[in-house]
Amino acid sequence: MTVASSSPPSRLSPRDVEGTASKPKPGRKRERDGGGRGDGALAALFIAPAMLGFLVFLLWPTLRGIYLSFTRYNLLTPPEWVGLDNYTRMVNDPIFWDSMKVTVEYVFINIGLQTVSALAIAVLLQRLTQSAVLRGIVLTPYLMSNVVAGIVWLWMLDTQLGIGNEIIAGLGFDRIPFLADETWAIPTIALINVWRHVGYTALLLFAGLQAIPGDMYEAAKVDGASEWRMFWRITMPLLRPVLAVVLIMTVIGSFQVFDTVAVTTNGGPANATNVLQFYIYGSAFGRFQFGYASAMSVALLVVLSAITILQYRLTRAGQTDLG
Amino acid sequence: MTAVTATTTKVRPAPRRKLSLGKVVAWTVMGAMVLITLLPFYWILRTALSSNTALAAHPGDLLPVDLTTGGFERALGLQSTKEAIAEGGSGGGLKFWRYLVNSVIVSTLITVFQILFSAMAAYAFARLRWRGRDKVFGLFLAGLMVPTIFTLLPNFVLIKELGLVDTLLGISLPTMFMTPFAVFFMRQFFMNVPREVEEAALLDGAGKIRIFFRVMLPMASSPVLTLGVLTYITSWNDYFWPLMVSYSDSSRVLTVALAIFRAQTPQTGYDWSGLMAATLIAALPMLVLFGFFARRIVSTISFTGIK
Repeated sequence: MTVASSSPPSRLSPRDVEGTASKPKPGRKRERDGGGRGDGALAALFIAPAMLGFLVFLLWPTLRGIYLSFTRYNLLTPPEWVGLDNYTRMVNDPIFWDSMKVTVEYVFINIGLQTVSALAIAVLLQRLTQSAVLRGIVLTPYLMSNVVAGIVWLWMLDTQLGIGNEIIAGLGFDRIPFLADETWAIPTIALINVWRHVGYTALLLFAGLQAIPGDMYEAAKVDGASEWRMFWRITMPLLRPVLAVVLIMTVIGSFQVFDTVAVTTNGGPANATNVLQFYIYGSAFGRFQFGYASAMSVALLVVLSAITILQYRLTRAGQTDLG
Repeated sequence: MTAVTATTTKVRPAPRRKLSLGKVVAWTVMGAMVLITLLPFYWILRTALSSNTALAAHPGDLLPVDLTTGGFERALGLQSTKEAIAEGGSGGGLKFWRYLVNSVIVSTLITVFQILFSAMAAYAFARLRWRGRDKVFGLFLAGLMVPTIFTLLPNFVLIKELGLVDTLLGISLPTMFMTPFAVFFMRQFFMNVPREVEEAALLDGAGKIRIFFRVMLPMASSPVLTLGVLTYITSWNDYFWPLMVSYSDSSRVLTVALAIFRAQTPQTGYDWSGLMAATLIAALPMLVLFGFFARRIVSTISFTGIK
């Protein structure tokens, strides 16, 4: 504690991060310039296109998706109300639970690896060098689509010809069928997506690190603290609120894994990578069960909402912690 | 706040010169990460310039083996079916130029309109006075919480009802008007523009519409650029939605075409050389775009943490 208290934190402003969180801040400016007479007509004009998009492509589909989940619908004939049928079916569908399990497994591996490596990159970028070139390099995989990333790694990890397995074989080990093996497939897909996203996450964390006053580290250094100690006593506690937000955002993102699976394993081998989104897609477009697919989307929405609520709690806890 | 002001690379405090063991380890880790980051890019190029037969014989060579542009020719559909099959391709025709143009149209439509409309709405939320403003903004923000997957199926049904399946407009439409994030991001910026700027323009007799287009929007060029490039990259890379909507060449974008190219496995195994060439064609425009604006984008993300 000596380190942290030797220079009281000048209240790390989480404004940057708060800006990224989806937290409405009601009424902050209401007195100053909301309401009352003013630019009503002009505002309506300015807001009309965005409002149209919001209503037609966001609000209406959300309500409609919930409605469709109570119907049997194959796109050709009108939806037929079936009550909770889709939901009872879902609860009794072992493939659904399997795909939920696979998805959660993916999320854990993906997030674990991604958070640790992103944190490492962010801290190294902050403490070692502030190089913009390095930051740019770290971001390059983010420019690739998941499809491109999937295909490239499919090739690099190919059992017979992939450079990855060439190295493994060169070192005298057995070749690993990364994407064709039931135990390896999900961790491999998780790794591929870590490769693509870690730079972006690292930059978000780097932004959080920038808010920590540099003189805190200087003061700690004078006190003889090691880099390792500074990491645990300064960086981690002060980064916690940012980390919480970034973590939850990436969890929500990784629950929606689809592209990489579609390109590399197509759900196989033996449903080992049949993640929830893939199963939903298959139900809708492979078997034309739009009602059932919608019910599973609602289940996913519920899971993600629970995570979002958790996000609020975590961030709030983080803020009081800093107080 | 030394760290914050240090936007450029020239931050090397003099007293920290000694090379400790920890520093060597740290730089090694950093080096390894850069290598893992960049190796796949090199491997794409190396494979794309190799021939399939040579690849099978020399899988581990670091340089292109049996240098050829055959992969690119196959990807761009310049080879005859016979030639393509002889070189390990599937012979299935793909019109990458067409898909490239489709991708450009879709990404441009989405980026231009989404940013314009989102900025207009953001201005109304940040700077205009009207009844119910905060409530409407709260509603928009709540939209951030709806996961994209959830709206995809109903949106597909809607696009089908509108008769826009398999059109470029159908692919673009859902994100063309706004995203909650874009509105939110631009509003943050407009809120921070000093009131005096607007008041000065008002005194000069400019109307608010004029102020928005002539004063506020130009002032916002930097956030607009960052948001624009990120939106462009996101829509360029999108796969799930275009996959749902497009069925034929007329609306096929690069990501979807690439996945199809990959699925057309020839008898002899994958056409890796052609696949990597196609991958490069699909990815190159974004790399070039990023190359132009990298510094600005990287700093914007680094210092504001936009998501």
